[in-house]
Amino acid sequence: MGFFLIFVIGLGYLLSWVFDNQFILVIAVIIAVVQALVSYYYSDSITLAVSGAKEAPRKEPFLELHRLVENLAITAGLPKPKIYLINDSAPNAFATGRDPKHASIAVTSGLLDKLNKSELEGVISHELSHVGNYDIRLMTVVVVLVGVVALLSDFFLRWTWFGGRRRSDGDSGQLGLILFIIAIAMAILAPLAGTLIQLAISRKREFLADASGALLTRYPEGLASALEKIAKDREPLEAANKATAHLYIESPFKETSQNRGWLTGLFDTHPPVQERIKRLKAMISK
Amino acid sequence: MIFLWIALGIVAILIIWFIAVFNGIVSLRNRTQEAWSDIDVQLKRRHDLIPNLVETVKGYAKHEKELFEKVTQARADAINAKGAKEAAAKENVLSNALKSVFAVAENYPQLRASENFQKLQDELTDTENKIEAARRFYNGNVRDFNIKIQVFPNSMVAGMTGSKPFELFGAAEGEKATPEVKF
Repeated sequence: MGFFLIFVIGLGYLLSWVFDNQFILVIAVIIAVVQALVSYYYSDSITLAVSGAKEAPRKEPFLELHRLVENLAITAGLPKPKIYLINDSAPNAFATGRDPKHASIAVTSGLLDKLNKSELEGVISHELSHVGNYDIRLMTVVVVLVGVVALLSDFFLRWTWFGGRRRSDGDSGQLGLILFIIAIAMAILAPLAGTLIQLAISRKREFLADASGALLTRYPEGLASALEKIAKDREPLEAANKATAHLYIESPFKETSQNRGWLTGLFDTHPPVQERIKRLKAMISK
Repeated sequence: MIFLWIALGIVAILIIWFIAVFNGIVSLRNRTQEAWSDIDVQLKRRHDLIPNLVETVKGYAKHEKELFEKVTQARADAINAKGAKEAAAKENVLSNALKSVFAVAENYPQLRASENFQKLQDELTDTENKIEAARRFYNGNVRDFNIKIQVFPNSMVAGMTGSKPFELFGAAEGEKATPEVKF
């Protein structure tokens, strides 16, 4: 977190030197500090509010759910997270929170209705593993870095477009022009590369959470069965939007085409369900 | 002259490695001990629920005197057990005694229907699950600690500091035998 702050402030300093204007630095510092503080301390409440989640009290009908989460938290050696309910019949769940002490898990009412106990345990252990592996904090940092890369390339492009056209006539014309074109191409592609890297990281961490969850419950069949049920359910989650889609256990948008090509597959936040189920089943020792 | 510097560098690296491994062992050992006291917390919870259970059952099944004595004695033994191994053994005896209570309760439909009894049964089942969960966490820590002190370079550090492997908290001997189901 601190590293990021220094990075953005350094960027602001660089830009203000380039453009010879102190004001930019001041603005950059203020924006960076405010945004870093807000996102660090409030990202979980913002996420929960945006998803329409309400805290589930520890009594009927949520008593079994609370006990389930408590027991899994004991097995993981993590403090018990807060439990939230989203009133939606589409089965899904997510975890949020900057570290295990300030974590929350949200489940939809559809999830509670449609899954049995061992499947629910599989899902909760997956979410708890996200918390324990600090995935939420990791993805926040990644998203911000990608945003910074996008900003950088944007600045560079504008700068070269409006200011850098001083061509030194003749002498190093050819090479200079080629390098210039390469630089522009990189500036255009860099944000795209950043996004692809972010999505690749997200998919890898989903596999890791599956595996950590299976280690917690010692019962990968539970999560495998839950994923099958959730994937079969084609109903999209109403409260989801692109900003929060990556947090859920399975993509809430239910892209209809089963035969997604390799290229579009690069843009998925979650790995394909069949692959996840296959890996989980491979963990079952005969 | 250069050899002296290289030698000093190597010694410095060795010392840093030694400290890192030593601290890792200390930290894991403390975590494992804390995991043991987490099991203890759940075991105490069970101890606290039992008197209530005994009273409730007595209300409906006055004549099962042996049973009550057995459970009360097992509970007292478990509370007074000293050391991990003895505690594990006594707790398993208590688990078996509790199983008998619930088996006997099957014969008293009024007891089974009592809300108080059902609630206690739920709480005790949940406590058993929590003990199970704490036990798994403890065993995970024991496994990590034992691996850390037994792996090759670290075993020298462990030997020098006298670290001994922890014991896994295994299942009860009685539980290992598969129950026969007779119809």
